[in-house]
Amino acid sequence: MIEFRNVTKQFPDGTVAVDGFSLVIPSRQFTVFVGSSGCGKTTILRMINRMVEPTSGQVLIDDHDVATGDAVRLRRSIGYVMQQSGLLPHRRVIDNVATVPYLTGVSKKKGRQEAFGLLRTVGLDESLAYRYPAQLSGGQQQRVGVARALAVDPNILLMDEPFGAVDPLVRAELQTELLRLQRDLDKTVVFVTHDIDEAFLLGQHVVIFQKGGIIAQQGSPAEILANPASDFVASFIGADRGKRRLRVSDIAADNGELLLVDGNGHPAGVIETDDPRLGAGTGPKSRSVSNKTDQAGDA
Amino acid sequence: MNLILQGLAWIFTPSHWVTSVGNVSISTRIGEHFYYTGVSLLVTVLIAVPIGLAIGHTGKGRGIAIVLSNASRALPTLGLLAVLILGVGIGLLPVAIVLVILGIPPLLAGVYSGLESVDRQTIDAARAMGMTELQILVKVEIPLGFELIFGGFRAATLQIIATVTLAAYYSLGGLGHYLVFGLAQNDYPQMVAGAILVIVLALAVDGILAVIQRFVVPGVSRGTTRQRRTARGGAIPPVAQSRTLIKEGQ
Repeated sequence: MIEFRNVTKQFPDGTVAVDGFSLVIPSRQFTVFVGSSGCGKTTILRMINRMVEPTSGQVLIDDHDVATGDAVRLRRSIGYVMQQSGLLPHRRVIDNVATVPYLTGVSKKKGRQEAFGLLRTVGLDESLAYRYPAQLSGGQQQRVGVARALAVDPNILLMDEPFGAVDPLVRAELQTELLRLQRDLDKTVVFVTHDIDEAFLLGQHVVIFQKGGIIAQQGSPAEILANPASDFVASFIGADRGKRRLRVSDIAADNGELLLVDGNGHPAGVIETDDPRLGAGTGPKSRSVSNKTDQAGDA
Repeated sequence: MNLILQGLAWIFTPSHWVTSVGNVSISTRIGEHFYYTGVSLLVTVLIAVPIGLAIGHTGKGRGIAIVLSNASRALPTLGLLAVLILGVGIGLLPVAIVLVILGIPPLLAGVYSGLESVDRQTIDAARAMGMTELQILVKVEIPLGFELIFGGFRAATLQIIATVTLAAYYSLGGLGHYLVFGLAQNDYPQMVAGAILVIVLALAVDGILAVIQRFVVPGVSRGTTRQRRTARGGAIPPVAQSRTLIKEGQ
């Protein structure tokens, strides 16, 4: 369990990024921080491994104040994945994965041996092990970044917009893989994104941020979708624009399948069903379907 | 052209390579030249590298370093040498001080701009992985900035090796002896010979350093810095680049 107790962060230039923030992040769950750029979500994430030190307040991991111990040891015990992978360009992939084990005195031989296993875990071919990061695609680099974060078998995995810089197809693939990893590894994941669809796809627990590190709403994706707490949340998740309410179009698609449109009449997809009542042309003219995760189809 | 041939002929005259009464051999002069260069370079490295690493790692004190570097560049080397000799007497010390003052700016600039050239994201990730500040410096910043650091070292070496000639004005030897002595005696072939020797020595040392650089700079990071440089508008050799950076800082 990670707990923020009345945390405030004021930067040296006087900007207050976070003011009196409190939150409890459940263990062994996938928690997503979502909000627009500059809302303080990354600052809050980075307080967990003390990359940002709060001006006041406490951050506790399993009731232990992170500020009391050694920052370097704390960081080595927490996995961290960032947007631009942050791999060391002068080290081979395999040695990048073993970065933290090397720091803690693990031999090169043993470190590499374990790193090979991690490459398999994140779905990378072993033939890439001796390449340099610059020789990998963006998606492959992110996978290496995840493997590196898992190298010390941390209980907590922090991910700061890890898929922000890869193309949508690769992103969908990485999201699916991450969900599989979370099921297999059972870690506490804290994931930052500005993409609400990504948040609803990945998160078991979603925290929506407003400017200044204020929590607009938190809960499961279903709870938030069904019951937006404020106009801000409704607007952020797209409910007010009709994006989240789909209905069957009056006009059938070319091959006779039922076409789904959103609240603005934009085509959103087709219905696949074995139910003959929903067969072409016979279905009700207006059937609401909740489109909780419209990227799930790609994944 | 004729003068150059005469200069070369002077160099290849066997008696000039033998030390006898009233004549110091060319190899001894080269030895002196290297000695002054080596001592000055060592002191330069001992002063400029730690300061440069501190500035590059913390990002603090850059402004002061640039001001002091530029001020020291404006000092007239020969005049400074004269003042120092009046103050501390003839010997290695005043020469070394002058050469160190000359060598520090390019090396200092090379070191801190080398560290500054490292991607902030990479350093941030290294810190988030749990590297100590010293580990970040040694395992990340120095290897990745090494090309510029070494470029600064090459620039400092060239600067010093070419300026050691001034030592001869105060009868301290080195290859400058031929320039000063040749001028005094209107012995132009000897002057040309001295000039050729200094040029060849400087180019040879720089060439050797260039070869060393190729072997010590890690392969892929060399590729990425090259890209970064061309993106900035054309390839700039590292030696010239450390100078450009100082000007940019003004």
